[in-house]
Amino acid sequence: MSVSAQAIRHEYLRHNKKFPHVWCPGCGNGIVMAALLRAVYRMELSKDEVVLASGIGCSGRMPTYLDFNTLHTTHGRALTYATGVKLANPALNVVAIMGDGDATAIGGNHFIHAARRNLNLTAIIINNSIYGMTGGQYSPTTPFGSTSTTSLYGHIEHAFSIAELAVTAGASFVARATVFHGELLDRLIEQAMEKRGFAVVEVISNCHVQYGRRNKLGNAVEMLQSFKENSVTVTRAAKLSAEELEGKTTVGVLTDREMPISTEEYQKVRQRASTTKGKV
Amino acid sequence: MMFNQESRRLLLQGNEAIAHGALAAGCRFFAGYPITPATEIAELMAAELPKVDGTFIQMEDEIASMAAIIGASLTGVKSMTATSGPGFSLMQENLGYACIAEVPCVVVNVMRGGPSTGLPTCPSQGDVQMARWGTHGDHPVIVLATSSVSDSFSITVKAFNLSEQYRVPVILLSDEVVAHTRECVQLPEQKTIRVVDRIRPSVPPDWYKPYEGDTRGVPHMAAFGDGYRHHVTGLVHDEYGFPTQRPSEVLQFQQRLTKKITRGFADIMITRGFMLEDAEVAVIAYGSVARSALKAVEDARKQGVKAGLLQLITLFPFPRSQVTPVLEQCRAVLVPEMNMGQISREVQRVNQNRCVVAKHNRIDGQFITPNEIHGHLIKL
Repeated sequence: MSVSAQAIRHEYLRHNKKFPHVWCPGCGNGIVMAALLRAVYRMELSKDEVVLASGIGCSGRMPTYLDFNTLHTTHGRALTYATGVKLANPALNVVAIMGDGDATAIGGNHFIHAARRNLNLTAIIINNSIYGMTGGQYSPTTPFGSTSTTSLYGHIEHAFSIAELAVTAGASFVARATVFHGELLDRLIEQAMEKRGFAVVEVISNCHVQYGRRNKLGNAVEMLQSFKENSVTVTRAAKLSAEELEGKTTVGVLTDREMPISTEEYQKVRQRASTTKGKV
Repeated sequence: MMFNQESRRLLLQGNEAIAHGALAAGCRFFAGYPITPATEIAELMAAELPKVDGTFIQMEDEIASMAAIIGASLTGVKSMTATSGPGFSLMQENLGYACIAEVPCVVVNVMRGGPSTGLPTCPSQGDVQMARWGTHGDHPVIVLATSSVSDSFSITVKAFNLSEQYRVPVILLSDEVVAHTRECVQLPEQKTIRVVDRIRPSVPPDWYKPYEGDTRGVPHMAAFGDGYRHHVTGLVHDEYGFPTQRPSEVLQFQQRLTKKITRGFADIMITRGFMLEDAEVAVIAYGSVARSALKAVEDARKQGVKAGLLQLITLFPFPRSQVTPVLEQCRAVLVPEMNMGQISREVQRVNQNRCVVAKHNRIDGQFITPNEIHGHLIKL
């Protein structure tokens, strides 16, 4: 990779959209966006064949800034719109970008069914453990005991583990990184987009403004430091006991398996339907 | 392929006719979720779409179904979903998205008794106002109603054509009686059917403004993958498709959404008149009730009562220009409906005390018979 970051920015950011973007200084969303752009660049995809769909929230604004076919949908529904796009035109390379509340609360049902259905789609979930845009309410990944504007006295519910949920729901490829692990994140997003089947990348990110501040986790740099300290790779995690893994984030590829892809299976359905004689 | 068959005379139920109409109109994508009494539409689309290189998918719910047809339509493929009351409630969120992002699609609601689970196997017309105002915010939408099996075919074609022409979701209301009545119908030859497609941009991609209205106020629509990369959002947007809160741009956008429908009134408002020339009393009806009304009017004529019928095919935008002359001409009109008066309210609004507007409402899950309407009509 000898190409400069500036060259990639020029190629993929929209020039006719007035910046600045809506994200706070230090937000992890920019790191994820840059990793996505580098993946598209390395894969040499034409901008015309990429569709980027999002839901609502801070992550939902990402498509606005990028020069692809972009689709900013309703809250939690990015994957359902993406499903329609992909089925109607399987030649398009479709990526859905979501937040933790977006993908696993209001869009939780769509998320597990998209994993089960196994279309050739990529889902990137930026998990910052909070609803940032609306001002810091608890999400399905807010840790037990932490503070948010809707759990002022300590959160009493338990958090989803998004990547593990995707594995159980049947996704072909599931990986996790944090915004600290820049190079790993680059690799994982590219692997996910190359993967034939439903591919999920969960990215642990920092919302130091709405989550970190209330829980005394420090600024953006300090939160990224803690991601570094609390992460273990998949290979190392395999050698650790459950107690040793307590409070740790496993990063790397959790699942990579080959399964029938529904767009390709539907092509077979078309052939079978066309050759079946009989009733209308 | 079925549409090249010489004989197109078929015994169909209303739901099946809607599916045939959709295929004839060029629908090549259907997403849905099973629900009584609309399921047969999905079943027929699941059987037929793969034969014509189209796509059927059963989604996890109606929210997802509505979203999937919008996604498919954005790639240039004509799309439809079909449901009944409870599912239609779930679709309202993304129906609003189709309105603001101006994505052509057809949503069939086979009305059953409500609210909630209500009367799943009984007819109703309880969703009329919901079809117009179900999703939040001021929004343009076209609502059509079918009254018979042959109508279900031709009005479905019309629904697609209007949707493509005006870049607006079209809601096609059927009811349980129309849906499950079987009639022998002669379907028209495919080559005789007028099929309208959305206008694609003719300018080079660099010049393309995805949300700039043409002379009709309707923007030309590029498909994802065509090389006209653009942004589609549920936020209020400028002509380039990007979010805006600038009052002048917001106003311009909202006014164009409304005006593109207003300008098309003559095209969009469809009604049928029966024996109205010399009518002194008239029935204004839609859906399956319009067929009972026609029989009632014929019976009244036999008794020497100068009765007529105005059947509404388009419910919204409300066909004021066709309803007003009837109100001016008649001493009284009767509006029979399987609800508490959702269209009679519109008639009264247009009436402005010109004549007597009588209601005839039935909400016990039963069909309104010709006798009932006749009995009420001759007393007017």
